[in-house]
Amino acid sequence: MARNAEDNSQNMTHIIAVLVENKFGVLAKVASLFSARGYNIDSLCVAITQDPSISRITIVTRGDAQILEQIRKQLSKLIDTIRVMELPAGEIAERELVLIKVTAPKEKRAEVLQIVEIFRARTIDISAEALTIEVTGDEGKIRAILELLRPFGIKEIVRSGKVALTRGAKTLKSVKN
Amino acid sequence: MELTGSQIVIEELKANGVEIAFGIPGGAIMPFYDEILKSGFPHILARHEQGATHMADGYARVTGKPAAVVTTSGPGATNIVTGLCNARMDSVPIIAITGQVATPMIGTDAFQEADTYGCTIPVTKHNWLVKDPRELQTAVREAVRVATSGRPGPVVIDFPKDIQTMTAEYIPHRTQETVPAGDIHNDAPELDMQAIDQLLEAIERAKRPIIIGGAGILKAGAAAELTEFARRTGIPVINTLLGLGGFPGTDPLSLGMPGMHGTAYANMALCECDLLINLGGRFDDRVTGKVSAFATKATIAHVDIDAAELGKRVHTHIPILGDVRDVLLILNTQAKERDISAWQDQIGEWKREHPLQYDRDGSIKPQHVIEQIQEVSGGNGIYVTGVGQHQMWSAQFLRFNEPNSWVTSGGLGTMGFGLPAAIGAKVGRPDKDVWLIDGDGSFSMTLVDLATAATYNIPVKVAILNNAYLGMVRQWQELFFEKRYSNVHYPENPDFARIAEGYHVRGFDVKDVDQVRSTLEQAAEIDGPVVMNFHVSKEENVWPMVPSGAGNSEMQLGPPVSEERT
Repeated sequence: MARNAEDNSQNMTHIIAVLVENKFGVLAKVASLFSARGYNIDSLCVAITQDPSISRITIVTRGDAQILEQIRKQLSKLIDTIRVMELPAGEIAERELVLIKVTAPKEKRAEVLQIVEIFRARTIDISAEALTIEVTGDEGKIRAILELLRPFGIKEIVRSGKVALTRGAKTLKSVKN
Repeated sequence: MELTGSQIVIEELKANGVEIAFGIPGGAIMPFYDEILKSGFPHILARHEQGATHMADGYARVTGKPAAVVTTSGPGATNIVTGLCNARMDSVPIIAITGQVATPMIGTDAFQEADTYGCTIPVTKHNWLVKDPRELQTAVREAVRVATSGRPGPVVIDFPKDIQTMTAEYIPHRTQETVPAGDIHNDAPELDMQAIDQLLEAIERAKRPIIIGGAGILKAGAAAELTEFARRTGIPVINTLLGLGGFPGTDPLSLGMPGMHGTAYANMALCECDLLINLGGRFDDRVTGKVSAFATKATIAHVDIDAAELGKRVHTHIPILGDVRDVLLILNTQAKERDISAWQDQIGEWKREHPLQYDRDGSIKPQHVIEQIQEVSGGNGIYVTGVGQHQMWSAQFLRFNEPNSWVTSGGLGTMGFGLPAAIGAKVGRPDKDVWLIDGDGSFSMTLVDLATAATYNIPVKVAILNNAYLGMVRQWQELFFEKRYSNVHYPENPDFARIAEGYHVRGFDVKDVDQVRSTLEQAAEIDGPVVMNFHVSKEENVWPMVPSGAGNSEMQLGPPVSEERT
């Protein structure tokens, strides 16, 4: 069945960047907001910024324009929120870091290492049976390397969640909410 | 000046205009209670922490000022979750100070330890766990500011026992840096003048304009401005459940309440209007009914202090972020008088065709008791309710002429809200007669605070409309579940008049309709709390009614009545 444009917009992925006070309990408040109002979190990444009193949260979420507006407004209402911005697709540099433990016995190792090289990934651990690979990139690159490694047997995987910055000199802090 | 944590909290509450606390002590809050005693900080000892929060809630709704709620850790703190959630839904400021186990014990499942911070995140506007006495002064000052500014709401300061006795430097009150409590006009965003011009143009074009006055009118102190605006432009006013009192109920332009149990003429006006100006209401689902069928012919303008309310449920053509009083002050200088008499006449016709009405069959009708309370009190009292049928009848049949004279649990619909809220209202406004109209189910949930009313001689007048049912649920079961009455009957209700006497409160049992008036008159004269148990007709329904999920045009008016009353 054909899906109309509206259906697609409901599943649109959005990246939201939030600057918050680096204080006790702030992450719990953000998470509580998402669960209380039934918003999705596809990925979440939190760490301090160049100013140690401020943390930056990057949230990947899904929803239509109305839901996204509510997410933005409700996040803005949190007392500890300093700035909220949806990062505009196409105007940002986005990256995710993934560590992949892949089955690679001696006879398969060369083949795996070739993939690592093509993707400009790195091998960070090696044992008789497995390799651990570090790869950084946008969503497409991550998806591609995972697809190629899957036939070897992925034993374990950890993803950082997406982080992103807008291109150019503009910063989140300079944006007016 | 070096003070203990407890002293800092008391001093900073006082410095920020918090004048009273409601609460119950316990192990983890004892050093703070010691300081309450030593400092003479006014405190009302409640019988249940939930009641203490509703008291602070009622107090804030009639005074506009926040009160403190003080509880111990663990169960003391978890007992206030309902009261905080209620206050959050209705945007009422409350400053809760909860005891917590000493900081080295936090996280060890200590005796009476609960994650108060975690439990209260979703039911507060903001909360704090203070683990350093040096942070207390700022936390309390911030707490009062957050609770009372913008869209008001409850806050919690979780206060570990060791922090209550540790000392820190306290900087005595600096007036210029302190935001006075109750001043909710600070932090007002800059108004979008273009949007206001758009609204003025829409008003000039409109042939069938309507105003919805929400709770924001009362919170912004804009009742006089709304009244001026409506009378100047001739635009009829609908008040939401929480907005009642924001416009005189006796004014010919008043249409009463909209929505599920609103007046027929308010709902008809909503269906037919071509301009809807929502001033400080939040388009609650009980107001809109099915959103896709709501005010479909209208340009919708919405003024709110909370940006997240604009466009949340109803698509808005003219959103205006701001303090509703600021907006009205501008509208009142610029809006022109208009002739919309055809529309006013149409509404007048609806009013005559579909008045609020009920059957009189010799039994005590709940609506009759409410009308009698209105008459006996002269309409100048403060009226408080629980939640259910009695609440809807009160909203329909009382005529509010003053702002902040109506205290009811709107958003959360908290049964048991009534008695403690009435106590808090009377504490806040001792000059006013406070009438509680309650249901037997609602009253039963928190009647223990009759002891508080008796102890402090807080003269609330309690009228229980006792139908021995959870009446609203029974009504839904009658209408939507083919009269399958599942667990809604209280055939063995206690003798509430004797219960009251047991609490040293005067009790009256009223079974005869002829005794209604005389009992209310007697109660009004008694210097002390009174409970009147009115045995009302058991299966009376609230009409009109918009079934859940239906549009407002699908309103049911109820069976015809023999004698019409407006």
